[in-house]
Amino acid sequence: MFRPRIIPVLLLQNNGLVKTQRFKSPNYIGDPINAVRLFNEFQADELVFLDIQASKSGRCIAEELVQAISAETRMPFAVGGGISNCHQIRTLMNAGAEKIIIGNAAIDNPAFVAEATSQFGASSIAVCIDVVKTMFGKQVVYQHKKNKKTRLNPVEFAQLMEQKGAGELIIQSVDNDGMMTGYDAALIQLIATHVNIPIVALGGARSLENMKTVYQQSFPSGLAAGSLFVYHGKMKGVLINYPDTKSFFL
Amino acid sequence: MKQKIVIIDYHTGNIHSVVKAMNQFNDIVVEVSNNPQVIASADKIILPGVGHFGNAMNTLTNLGLIDALNKHVLTNKKPVLGICLGMQLMASASAEGNCEGLNWIPGKVERLQVTNSTQFKIPHNGWNTLNTVKQNAILSGISSEEAFYFVHAYQYKPTDATDVLCTSTYENPFVSGIARENIFGVQFHPEKSHDQGVQLFQNFIQL
Repeated sequence: MFRPRIIPVLLLQNNGLVKTQRFKSPNYIGDPINAVRLFNEFQADELVFLDIQASKSGRCIAEELVQAISAETRMPFAVGGGISNCHQIRTLMNAGAEKIIIGNAAIDNPAFVAEATSQFGASSIAVCIDVVKTMFGKQVVYQHKKNKKTRLNPVEFAQLMEQKGAGELIIQSVDNDGMMTGYDAALIQLIATHVNIPIVALGGARSLENMKTVYQQSFPSGLAAGSLFVYHGKMKGVLINYPDTKSFFL
Repeated sequence: MKQKIVIIDYHTGNIHSVVKAMNQFNDIVVEVSNNPQVIASADKIILPGVGHFGNAMNTLTNLGLIDALNKHVLTNKKPVLGICLGMQLMASASAEGNCEGLNWIPGKVERLQVTNSTQFKIPHNGWNTLNTVKQNAILSGISSEEAFYFVHAYQYKPTDATDVLCTSTYENPFVSGIARENIFGVQFHPEKSHDQGVQLFQNFIQL
């Protein structure tokens, strides 16, 4: 039986793991390699690493860090943060990354996504689309590098990325990031019904039950979360955890 | 002498994880190569692969590997394990790049077909279980409960149903493993499938 991937998303800042709320107030979680070892023990489906400082600092996620992660991980993993040319992708894939996540560069230069997928294959290239509500409640694409709400319509942008050959779209709600109040299920469903490529839901995951509900509603091929897998309890104590995936359909 | 397993490096996609997985075993020698002489020294061969069928066949041809592979697999009967695209290359032909394959196990590679494209997006990417079609030592100790990691948009359709090792279901059943004598292919990635993947590699080593 097919089962969607349940994916911890680990944010990197100054080589440490952090967790944000609505893309702000990064809270230090611990050492990324320690987290990898724990997720190995849990036999996690896949890991995502995003360097949240990279694009703002005009660089991309560090090759050395990706090498260190690769040496430890026993599952597929994707990396993102400031990736804007094919030379960087080659370097990071040689360092052991299986999948590359493009964010800001997809907004600045959609043609880059087409170039990357034709060179490395669609299954190696994912695009992360951050979505935020405007003052008037309309949802638009958010550009992290510039701390800016763009005028891009999320559905149209998702369709553009599909046209450019992206293998997968990570749909992230900025408003729900770190809130643990549940995914933006309406957003996930909206995008899922307008593209024919796999999507990964991200932002706000509350529980495994929340993941099951969103899966039954929109069938994303991946259910990703940050806080859910690094915090425990009401006081949000740091505790790396992961559900028993065999129970997903129970 | 330790058993030597050669992982064929033909510049397609990422072979790090396969190398890493094989390096976990102490009782074997692992070498990554596209040199026909090294392939000649192998006891067993792994044909990995992620990427485009047409490009992969062109690269194998340009590296001068087709004759060497045919000789060691078809004539010398060395056990070979194809993974993902590496399995598909064993077919007669593929719709991806409209190109001929190695033709070790006759069949065609076609795009996965789904009716409900909202629920079943292509590529098939996630974890899926195996339905064993024929008993084989390569699947020893792997239960129908264990899921493996898949990422693919194409499927292998063998001409002869007796070559089917196992199937999996993504809306419709498709062939997720093939086996004929010394030739094995799996559509999933054992190198990314935790303990059950290690078990499959262990089985291959013990053949």
